[in-house]
Amino acid sequence: MSAVLAWARPRRSVLPGFGPAMGYTLFYLSLIVLIPLAALALKTSTMTWDAFWATVTDPRVLASYRLSFGASLIAALVNLVAGVIVAWVLVRYDFPGKRLVDAFVDLPFALPTAVAGIALTALYAPNGWLGEPLAALGVKVAFTPLGVLIALIFIGLPFVVRTVQPVLEDLDKELEEAAASLGASRWQAFTKVVLPLLLPAILTGFVLALSRAIGEFGSVIFIAGNMPFVSEIAPLIIITKLEQYDYAGATAVATVMLVISFALILVVNLLQKWQQRRA
Amino acid sequence: MAKPVKLLAPATATTEPVWVRVALTTVALGFLALFILLPLVTVFVEALRRGWEVYFAAIVEPDALAAIYLTLLVAAIAVPLNLVFGVAAAWAITKFEFRGKQFLITLIDLPFSVSPVVAGLVYVLVFGAQGWLGPWLQANDIKVIFALPGLVLATIFVTFPFVARELIPLMQSQGTEEEEAALTLGASGWRTFWAVTLPNIKWGLLYGVILCNARAMGEFGAVSVVSGHIRGQTNTIPLHVEILYNEYQFAAAFAVASILALLALVTLAVKSFIEWRDERAHELASRSAAAEDSEVLRARAAVASVPAKVVPA
Repeated sequence: MSAVLAWARPRRSVLPGFGPAMGYTLFYLSLIVLIPLAALALKTSTMTWDAFWATVTDPRVLASYRLSFGASLIAALVNLVAGVIVAWVLVRYDFPGKRLVDAFVDLPFALPTAVAGIALTALYAPNGWLGEPLAALGVKVAFTPLGVLIALIFIGLPFVVRTVQPVLEDLDKELEEAAASLGASRWQAFTKVVLPLLLPAILTGFVLALSRAIGEFGSVIFIAGNMPFVSEIAPLIIITKLEQYDYAGATAVATVMLVISFALILVVNLLQKWQQRRA
Repeated sequence: MAKPVKLLAPATATTEPVWVRVALTTVALGFLALFILLPLVTVFVEALRRGWEVYFAAIVEPDALAAIYLTLLVAAIAVPLNLVFGVAAAWAITKFEFRGKQFLITLIDLPFSVSPVVAGLVYVLVFGAQGWLGPWLQANDIKVIFALPGLVLATIFVTFPFVARELIPLMQSQGTEEEEAALTLGASGWRTFWAVTLPNIKWGLLYGVILCNARAMGEFGAVSVVSGHIRGQTNTIPLHVEILYNEYQFAAAFAVASILALLALVTLAVKSFIEWRDERAHELASRSAAAEDSEVLRARAAVASVPAKVVPA
């Protein structure tokens, strides 16, 4: 620990408390996050490669990855389009109740996932407010992959709105005026001037929504129906394996998910660097 | 900053035609009504479907009360611990320059990207019967997994970054000048923190604590893995909701869920209040700064208009 502190010695500051603050930060971070995650890596390393590979490429596990990634990708894309429209409307237009609407955008962050899960299930069940008319049209939502998608759209909704909104607020309107004075139509000004400036923020929100959706559990399991090969998500595979005391199997699947999380964090960091260069 | 346009005002060079504005607003509000308002309304309608009597009975039932007590207890331990960590981390990160700072921030954010189920699993691997410390814990008769400590650990993990992440940008923007001034005037380090830093960050701190608390009380996936689902003993409110729901006691499940939905609404209200306060403080500050500027300008103009001969050479 002291070696780390010496290595990270601060440059020219008269303020006290760097040692204790940094020491406690590293201690707590290691205890709560790093050592437990290392336990996962270590447990995986005790498996043979063949056993690991056989577990993570089992057809039922592969089907769950396909559902988790496919549904998360589509949900994040829906949130990308809807998020840009919502952010645009909240920043640029004025209508009664705007503050209230703005506050409610964060509901998916504040509402516990299990509550969202049972509410969406009740809503889209065959006898629910939306499920009944949809069933009459021949569309089944609850207990199908479509239900998974609905839940993932719900939990990912605030990400794109909240990353795009501040950038749009700071955007200099003179750029659009210049475009208009040079003869650009409103659509051209949006696609050629505004959109490129928003792009890093939009993509950051998209990847954050994607990353959250891939790991999501609570809001999905109630509406999914959890049928193996059809509507079973990857986190549920981990729970199922744990309940069967298959710790190695659960760990292998978790490791794959963790590697994907790390890759997505890397993408977000690169996107943020890109955005800072733009600003 | 650009002024927002009224929906029905005529189009200008940098606004869209009325029909576009109305269409976009309708799409946005429709989307939010479908995905946010409807699920929220559903919770309360389903909770009260069988009347107030069933509603209250579901909440004062012993297992529900035990779940409420356990949830409050877990949050009461996890939130203060993350609060202390958040302040320490933000102090080290924002008041000092050191190598690897960005990497440290990424590590602090890590729990947001890890699936809650994986978060629960890692504690089972460390403290579970088959885990690293399992045999030792068993020999000493200490229960972590399927008991309170496991629930607290899993909750701390999933709410780990909230306070730090609110404080870091805020304290970054405030710099270190005020603290340096206090130290120069002879204040001790602690006194500087309590009298200078803390008043500056109190609203951001409150904001982080509120978000941290909402997640701590509502967490499902991570605590579900480490809880063991023992009724009346290791069930938090979200886990109790799941059990009721799976037993087809829908009205009771939604009644208990409505407590959490109310908590979410209070969280959003407090959050909006803090944002509104911030915005107002910002406006006042920039207005008084503008007033100061104009005073300075007037004073300069006054000095400039004084005839040269009056100014002593």
